[in-house]
Amino acid sequence: MKDLVDVSDEVRVNDFVIKIGNVNGTGSASANGLLMKAIFRMGVPVVGKNLFPSNIQGLPTWYEIRLTKDSYMARSGTAEFIVAMNAETYKQDLADVSPGGFLLYDSTWPRPDLHARPDITAIGVPLARLVNAAFDNARTRVLMKNMAYVGAVAGLTGLDVEVIRGLVTEMFGTKAHLIDANMKAIELGLSYVREHFPDPLPLRIEPMDKTAGHIMIDGNTAAALGCVYAGATFGAWYPITPSTSLMDGFKAFCEKFRVDPDTGEKNFCIIQGEDELASVGMAIGAGWNGARSFTPTSGPGISLMSEFIGFAYYGEVPVVLFDVQRAGPSTGLPTRTQQCDITLAAYASHGDTKHILLFPANPKECFEMAVQSFDIAERFQAPVFFMTDLDIGMNDWMIPELDWDDSYQPDRGKVLSADEIEKLEKFYRYEDRDGDAIPWRTLPGTHPKGAYFTRGSGHNWKGGYTEDSDEYKEVLDRLTTKWKNAANAVPAPVITRCGQHARRAIISVGGCDGAVLEALDRFAENGVNLDYLRVRGFPFNAEVDRFIEQYDEVFVVEQNRDGQLRSLLVNETEAPKHKLVSILDYAGMAANPKFIIEGISAHLEALGDVA
Amino acid sequence: MTSMSKPFIDKHLPKNKLGLSVRNYEGVMSTLCAGCGHDSVTAALVQAFWELDLAPESAAKVSGIGCSSKTTAYFMGQSHGINCVHGRMPSVATGANAANGDLNYIGISGDGDSLSIGFGQFAHAIRRNLNMLYILENNGVYGLTKGQFSAAADYGSKSKKGLANDQMPIDPCVQALTLGAGFVARAFSGDKSQLIPLIKAGLKHKGFALIDVISPCVTFNDHNGSTKSYAHTYKYYHPMVHTDFVAHADEVTGAYDKDGAMRVTMQDGGELFLRKTADDYDPRDRAQAIETLMMNKTEGEIRTGLLYLNSDLPDMQAANKLPKIPLNQVPYERLTPGKAALAKLQARYR
Repeated sequence: MKDLVDVSDEVRVNDFVIKIGNVNGTGSASANGLLMKAIFRMGVPVVGKNLFPSNIQGLPTWYEIRLTKDSYMARSGTAEFIVAMNAETYKQDLADVSPGGFLLYDSTWPRPDLHARPDITAIGVPLARLVNAAFDNARTRVLMKNMAYVGAVAGLTGLDVEVIRGLVTEMFGTKAHLIDANMKAIELGLSYVREHFPDPLPLRIEPMDKTAGHIMIDGNTAAALGCVYAGATFGAWYPITPSTSLMDGFKAFCEKFRVDPDTGEKNFCIIQGEDELASVGMAIGAGWNGARSFTPTSGPGISLMSEFIGFAYYGEVPVVLFDVQRAGPSTGLPTRTQQCDITLAAYASHGDTKHILLFPANPKECFEMAVQSFDIAERFQAPVFFMTDLDIGMNDWMIPELDWDDSYQPDRGKVLSADEIEKLEKFYRYEDRDGDAIPWRTLPGTHPKGAYFTRGSGHNWKGGYTEDSDEYKEVLDRLTTKWKNAANAVPAPVITRCGQHARRAIISVGGCDGAVLEALDRFAENGVNLDYLRVRGFPFNAEVDRFIEQYDEVFVVEQNRDGQLRSLLVNETEAPKHKLVSILDYAGMAANPKFIIEGISAHLEALGDVA
Repeated sequence: MTSMSKPFIDKHLPKNKLGLSVRNYEGVMSTLCAGCGHDSVTAALVQAFWELDLAPESAAKVSGIGCSSKTTAYFMGQSHGINCVHGRMPSVATGANAANGDLNYIGISGDGDSLSIGFGQFAHAIRRNLNMLYILENNGVYGLTKGQFSAAADYGSKSKKGLANDQMPIDPCVQALTLGAGFVARAFSGDKSQLIPLIKAGLKHKGFALIDVISPCVTFNDHNGSTKSYAHTYKYYHPMVHTDFVAHADEVTGAYDKDGAMRVTMQDGGELFLRKTADDYDPRDRAQAIETLMMNKTEGEIRTGLLYLNSDLPDMQAANKLPKIPLNQVPYERLTPGKAALAKLQARYR
């Protein structure tokens, strides 16, 4: 049987997708990570997406590696080369190969059905047979089969085996026998394809120099690092996908950087709460008492925390909530991404509440905005929501190396010292002394004159209980002003102009950024002029209003069913509703430019318009 | 709740070592019903702080929602207080304590706040051995919403309208004992001579100190047929262990030893003297304490006093190896790894 049928002559260098279909719990993550890192080390920009089930072992999982010589940041939505390691998903994988693409399968067992598509090339490598002949232990065989396909892919695409060897050596350090075993498995796959498929595929990996000065890191790790650099000392959490790795990261960094080598004392405290209600309560308690505190969670956690969020808003207690969004509603799709908590977070809790939100688009912004979140929370004495998502949080992204300015000092906001309290005739907690709607606060134990009572019940500017309408309204109105003022403290929007006269524009948010930027390139190639604004904070900066004003129509690109960002824009800007056209992707997958291009094109075609 | 301050005249009153009278330890005017047991607990707290010579700003008062939770405004007006959401005080106390363990954390809760909506947080604060005095003002009834049974209402106890409670009660002391609490006491708001030393001892206990105070609700649960009424409690309450707290050991007279008192040095200072009033009761025996309380139910007795004490358990601060300098005061320079460390760290991501 002749396996290799060349159906594509077009050579694609550093611009295609390798997608690996596997079974979760087989250790494929490290093989896939190795593959991606090796490509990255060859200087080729990569985008990695892990599609994993809400399960520990036995269900299908995919890993996509996009090689993108043009340094795009999103999925392409294509799959030129699929490594089909999961018998249960062979059919789906076969169907998913892009026309003209390739499918590598384990030919230990015959798979005649894999030849059902004449427009692709199936490549059989007897991975199980090769590995079983070389390794004895059952678990080792499972792990090494993954390494063997790394070798096969390397042999077929030109991925540098020496780069792989370097990574394997780093991975296992002093454990020479593991280095040898893994390299042996890699060589098995490599030798087999070199012998049986000597002609290179038209999908080629060639060295570039476009990853220098960059790192591969996930957003949760970067955000955790931001918490460390922000000087956060207290974190409380309840385990929930996809936020768990944020606290794992914070703990690991703190163990590295925050433990006194002499005394073993820890300059941080992490508490795993009994639930999300307790976790946010703890973070609020610590914030009230002057520690920089946070809680990482996801949508279901925000739902549970809502009562406390209203308390922190009304009692004016700083706290940072990291919402690593996942697909809802209810339990939803815990391992799929969405931007579906935007309206929930913006108005979380009963009564009139409005919150401050930050929207990072990638791990670099996760690091930077984590620091900003703490500064803003303490400056504005309010809960701050850091709105990330599963795609940003759990996938490795290629970003410029993180940098830190050692002159940074945290903005601890308006906190009176004992001396300052001593000089006061009387301290009133909610007095707007500076006319900026932000009152001064005191920390427990500082000074008897600074004592006050924090309450979620009606209170006046002095901090006393009240049921008086005017006194109640006075505090509520000041809170509105304070919130509005935060529009200038949150990160300003990023505007990308196409350089031509544009009648239309795109507004988007967070992890859609890469897909939008790529879509804009395609539109530009086709003479469609679109400008682009990426929202990075809420309340909206005045720039957002001015931007919308300039266009006849603005496409609001986001990842949820209900157009939540659009709802906020309708609610919180002067933009006329009809101007804002939703382009929505709520399938749970990381954004790719296709839905934007197709959505906008369909809209324009319906209008009989092209620009 | 109120913010009405009381007239302040204390010239005639004795002063403690800080030169302060009890008036310096009061808060704003109580708005609870006249005769409420909770006001007696508030008065006992004021007296205890004064007697311990604690700086008036040294407390951090935490509470949830309910009549009991309102009382944190009525004592230690020169200390910070936080009156958060229903049943969630323990979590706020946990975070606050983590930020600064040097303050005296006083949680005031009720049977609804702790045993229904907040049962989970109550349990987990005990498991963490959070260093705080946790007073549960227990009246068996929801006062602010006008008289519904709480989870502490005894089986068969009658509501004001004459209905009998048909659910088994939760005993907070038994729960605390099974969850590993190191300080478990029961008291009666009508007996200050017992309550004040218990409060002092609880404040000096390094770890979670629970005092379940039977505190009758004069408006909704003080009638015939109620097992949490003044009359019922006076009739059936039964001190098991007499507690004395002495701030300085040198003041101790020899009489205690002759009485066979158990002498316990508290980690946060002072000494505790426990005298059994029941011959065979040992407050260091957790199993016996649980058994005794379980027998309460069948006998209808209300056994009071410091029912269990173990002051050797590490508290949450110790378990987490928190620094001597409170976390909220650690200088930023010790918290940031700096630019060079960030550059070095990133090698692993290349």
